Amino acid sequence: MKVALFIPCYIDQFYPNVGIASLQLLEKLGCDVSFPLEQTCCGQPMANSGFASLSKGCDANFVKNFRGFDYIVAPSGSCVLHVKEHLHDDKNPLEAEKIRNSVYELTEFLTDILKVKNINARFPFKVGLHNSCHGQRMLNLSSMSERVLPAFSKPQDLLNMVQDIQLIKPKRNDECCGFGGTFCVFEEAVSVKMGKDRISEHQANDVDYITGVDSSCLMHLEGILNRQGNKIKTIHIAEILNSSL
Amino acid sequence: MTPKHADLAEQFITDEPRTNWHDETLWFVREKRDKAVHGIPEWEDLREWGSQIKNHSLSNLSQYLKEFEEKATANGIQIHWAATGEEHNQIIHKIIQKNNIQRIVKSKSMLTEECHLNDYLEHRGIEVVDSDLGERIVQFRKEAPSHIVLPAIHLKKQDVSETFHEHLNTEKGNNDPQYLTEAARGHLRDKFVESELSITGVNFAIAETGGFVVCTNEGNADMGAHSAAVHIACMGFEKIIPKAEHLAVFLRLLARSATGQPITTFSSHFQKPRDGQEMHIVIVDNGRSTQLGREDFRNSLKCIRCAACFNTCPVYRRSGGHSYHTSTAGPIGSILNPNLDMKANSDLPFASTLCGSCTNVCPVKINIHEQLWKWRQEIVKNGYVDTTKKIGMNGMAVLFSYPAIYRLTGKIGRWVMRVVPFITNNQLNPWYKQREMPKPPKESFRDWYKKNGNSQKN
Ligand code: SF4
Repeated sequence: MKVALFIPCYIDQFYPNVGIASLQLLEKLGCDVSFPLEQTCCGQPMANSGFASLSKGCDANFVKNFRGFDYIVAPSGSCVLHVKEHLHDDKNPLEAEKIRNSVYELTEFLTDILKVKNINARFPFKVGLHNSCHGQRMLNLSSMSERVLPAFSKPQDLLNMVQDIQLIKPKRNDECCGFGGTFCVFEEAVSVKMGKDRISEHQANDVDYITGVDSSCLMHLEGILNRQGNKIKTIHIAEILNSSL
Repeated sequence: MTPKHADLAEQFITDEPRTNWHDETLWFVREKRDKAVHGIPEWEDLREWGSQIKNHSLSNLSQYLKEFEEKATANGIQIHWAATGEEHNQIIHKIIQKNNIQRIVKSKSMLTEECHLNDYLEHRGIEVVDSDLGERIVQFRKEAPSHIVLPAIHLKKQDVSETFHEHLNTEKGNNDPQYLTEAARGHLRDKFVESELSITGVNFAIAETGGFVVCTNEGNADMGAHSAAVHIACMGFEKIIPKAEHLAVFLRLLARSATGQPITTFSSHFQKPRDGQEMHIVIVDNGRSTQLGREDFRNSLKCIRCAACFNTCPVYRRSGGHSYHTSTAGPIGSILNPNLDMKANSDLPFASTLCGSCTNVCPVKINIHEQLWKWRQEIVKNGYVDTTKKIGMNGMAVLFSYPAIYRLTGKIGRWVMRVVPFITNNQLNPWYKQREMPKPPKESFRDWYKKNGNSQKN
């Protein structure tokens, strides 16, 4: 199974550990993983700001890098969603379509494709799970409180396989953290207020870590936590699943 | 220039305790809604039916509106058509003049807010008394409603007490809700008894029967309509549904989504004027046909104005309704208002994280967050965007198209953040205002991979 690892730009630049954990995890689970070296970004920052028209070059580069793989896996629900919904390339429409249909968020890939039943990991901490919206509501990684459907959660199932972890849900289990891409700077006040409110619910649970499937949400929460001098840390789910503390 | 959502929201949030209270109050309503809908196994089917009935009605609008007009006219109701908000106001003004009416009560109608009817009539020396309690409170305060179902939800009981003390002469500092409600009740009773004309909204207009339904929790629409000699009902043309039996779907959806009640306290069915009464219906377009013609956005006309999308919206809850600077705030307002005035409302589709909660809570399955995304593209295409943003985005497009430039910029960026952090860590950087910047690592993942990635494999 040829798997390409897609490491979104801000993870590449700011959170290399998330990339490393994702790579090691996939390899441990028997995947033949490559990291196409000329990859950059999925184009979401432009598209969500109304500039989808500017993403042609970015899209073409994405297609060039990720053609010819069985699966493309990324540790970011939001970027995966963007590729799934909006990747187009006039010169290679079929390749683009194939990519749209074979791109997976990491936990989704572990659950639905690899059908992982055991994970050899240990993480002896109290952890609060943040449900990132794009993964949850649009990639269907977990059920949501708005809909009347049976409850499930792929990230939670995986975390439950980790030894000695104590998983605690915040009171409002699936409210947005307020990151929202460029929203976090153009609507700074609301964005920060939303982030603060998420944090205080996790704080009430006295967690050591907040985890999730999107480093972008975690980066935003981390920024607020650090400004508050709060001792709660953020950690991407790949790092927990790859952890052997 | 209209102040922008981001600035108005920032102002709102300066009072953090009040913001928390606003957020918690609306979240309480959202939770009530959850409890009510999770008790109904067929909820998702109901949503699907609601959505399909609306879809069908919108696709056969002219036929159903014609049928409605014929049946209603046969029942003795007078039908008027208004292309714009202004026309709607003129029609009502004429009816008032013709009957030489002085005393008017109005039950809550977001359409009359959209058309600015109160202002229009006030400029012509005619006073209209809003009879919904919340609406009356904001009317006293000369404010607009901040929420389409709970118009005074931004106010606390202390605010109401002060307002009533000023306008109804209640005891100063008496914040007892029972006492305040009694005072309002007495005041409104007088208005109902005196009223000669009653204006109401329309929640559902039924083509098959020519009748219409108005839902209120206070019974104020009925009180007004039953005592006045003239009843004018105002409706946007999308309120039409084909048959009376379809009400079974919508009445179940509406109340649960709005407040978590199984059904609204009063669902009043109006069919024909009583003896000696005049009954009018004003059917309004005001931009709706333009929206109907915009394929990506026509779905928004399915809206039954339950406000579930408001209550669930984490941005709305923390920014208050007035930050949306339009009569219909919240997520649905953000996709309806750019249709009315794209320039003035160009900020609204950006007042969202695109979390998608609105879409999934919506009882008629409007793809709100997708429409927000599409409006953003439209707004940029039409040029209603800051130059700095445009320049930034163009830069980003280059950055992500050329891997070598991306890598170099990344490297320099991280170096700058490490070595001269004050370049990013200053108050001009909106990220930094209340958040620390991420700590930039020495090497990117790619750098690491080039050194270790392959060796790991071999
Ligand atoms: S868009 Fe949907 S949720 Fe929002 S007010 Fe309309 S019907 Fe209710």
